[in-house]
Amino acid sequence: MQRTLTSWFSGWLQGLGALALLARDAFVAVLRSRTPWRELIYQVYFVGVKSQSVVLITGAFTGMVLSAQTYFQFHKVKMDTATLAVTGVSMCSELGPVLAALMVAGRVGAAIAAELGSMRVTEQVDALRTLAMHPVDYLVVPRLLALHIAMPLLTLEAIAVGIGAGYMVCVYLLGIDSTYLWSNMLRYTDIPELMTGLLKSFVFGGVIALIGCYKGLCCGEGAEGVGRATTEAVVYASITILISNFFMTMVLAPLLG
Amino acid sequence: MIEVSKLRKLFGTQTVLDGVDFSIEKGESVVIIGRSGGGKSVLLKHLIGLLTPDGGEVRVAGQNIANLTERQLLKVRAKFGMLFQGAALFDSMSVAENVGFAFRNRAGLAPEEINRRVTEALAMVDLRGIENKSPSELSGGMKKRVGLARAIVYQPEIVLYDEPTTGLDPIVADSIDRLIMRVRDRLEVTSVVVTHDMRSARRVGNRILMLHQGRIYASGSPEEIFASQDPVVRQFVDGVADPQEIGF
Repeated sequence: MQRTLTSWFSGWLQGLGALALLARDAFVAVLRSRTPWRELIYQVYFVGVKSQSVVLITGAFTGMVLSAQTYFQFHKVKMDTATLAVTGVSMCSELGPVLAALMVAGRVGAAIAAELGSMRVTEQVDALRTLAMHPVDYLVVPRLLALHIAMPLLTLEAIAVGIGAGYMVCVYLLGIDSTYLWSNMLRYTDIPELMTGLLKSFVFGGVIALIGCYKGLCCGEGAEGVGRATTEAVVYASITILISNFFMTMVLAPLLG
Repeated sequence: MIEVSKLRKLFGTQTVLDGVDFSIEKGESVVIIGRSGGGKSVLLKHLIGLLTPDGGEVRVAGQNIANLTERQLLKVRAKFGMLFQGAALFDSMSVAENVGFAFRNRAGLAPEEINRRVTEALAMVDLRGIENKSPSELSGGMKKRVGLARAIVYQPEIVLYDEPTTGLDPIVADSIDRLIMRVRDRLEVTSVVVTHDMRSARRVGNRILMLHQGRIYASGSPEEIFASQDPVVRQFVDGVADPQEIGF
C-alpha cells in the first residue's frame, strides 16, 4: 500500500516537472518569435469561434438560474433590486471565468489531447522532429497562444450574456423594476470584478492548453493510450481550474480591491 | 558518416540494444535486418536522435549526438530524411503541404520555388497530379511514396528507411525498392534501411548488418550474408521458425 502511494506520488511529481519544462519551452519559444502564424490563426478560430455555442448557452443559463435563485432569497428580505448586482459580481469574478473555462476544457482540452495523442502514436510527431521542426514550436505554441487570446474573449462574452439573460429573467419573469435593478448592478459590479475574471480566464487558457498538449504528447500507445490521455486532460484541467481559482481569488481580491 | 559505438538502450528492465557497434561510410547503402521486436527501429531512431541512448555514442559527421538537446538536434536532423513504417503523413495537410513541409522553417524560398521542388520530388517517386489530395485518399503504397518524396525534397545527405516494404504487396514492394535505389543513385545519398524483407535487403543494400539479441551479430555484403552457414543467420535468411516457438 505504502509502495503504491510512493510510486503514485513519484509519478505525479515527475508529471508536474515535465509539465513545468513544457511550459518553460513554450514560453521561451514565444519570446524568441518561433510562432507559426498560420497555425495560430487556425487555432484561434478553432478555440474561439467554434466554442461560441457552448460558452453562450453556459453563460446565459448560469446568469438566468443565478438571478432566479438570488431573487427567491432576496425577496424574503425585500432586497429584490439587488438581485442583478449579485449576478453581475458572481458572473464577472467567479462563474463567468470558471464555467467558461470548464466548458472549453471539455471541448478544446479534449480535442488537443486527442489530436496530439493520435499524432504521437502514428509517428507524426517524430516525423515533425525529423523535418527539423520542434514539436513545441509547431504544436504547443499556437495552441497556448490561441487559448490565451480566446479564453478572455469567451469569458467576456459569457459574462455579458449571463448578465443580459439574468436581466431578462428579473424584469420580464420576476417583475423587478428595471431602473433600480440596472443601477444597483452598475454600482456593485465594477472594473476590479471584471479584471479579476479576465485575469483568471487568461490563466485558465494556459492551464487548458498546457495540460492538453502535455497529455497528448506523452500519451501511451494505441487507441487506449489516446483515450486515457483525452480523459485525463479534461479531468486534470478541470481540477486545476477549480483549485487555482480559489487561490487566485484569495490573491486578486485584496490586490484589486 | 555515421559511427555507432557501444550503444545501449533499455525500456524499463528490458535491454533492447546491448552494445551495438558499427559504422557507415558516406554514400553507402546499409540494410539492418533482424527479427520483429529485435530493436531495429529503435536503433534507426537513435541515428537521427529521436531516442536518447542509455549508454554509448552515435556520431554523425564526427559529432556525438547522444547528449545534444532537442534544439541542437534540429540542426543535425537537417542532414537526414526519414521514411516511417506507416509513412507518418500529416493527415491535416494535403500531399503538397506534406512534401513541402520542411521548407516552412527554411526562409528564403519563394512559394513558386517550393511548388517546383514539391512537384519534382513527387515526380521522382512516380506520383504526378496528386498535390491536392489528402493522405486519407491514398493507398498504402502511395503513402509510402509521398513519405519518401517528403524525406528527399530538401536533398538530405542521409536517408533512413524504417520497414519501407512492410504491409505492401510484392509488386508495390518491388516498386518501393526501385525507388530507394533510384534515390540512392540519383541523389548520391547515404541510405540506411531497416527491414526483415530479405528480397528487399538483397536488392537495396551494399552491406547487410544483422541485429540479434541487442548486438550486431553478422555483417557483410548481401552475397556473404545469403551464403552464410551460421545457424542464426541461416535461420533468418531461410525464414524457418523454431518449432519450440510455435508450440509444437
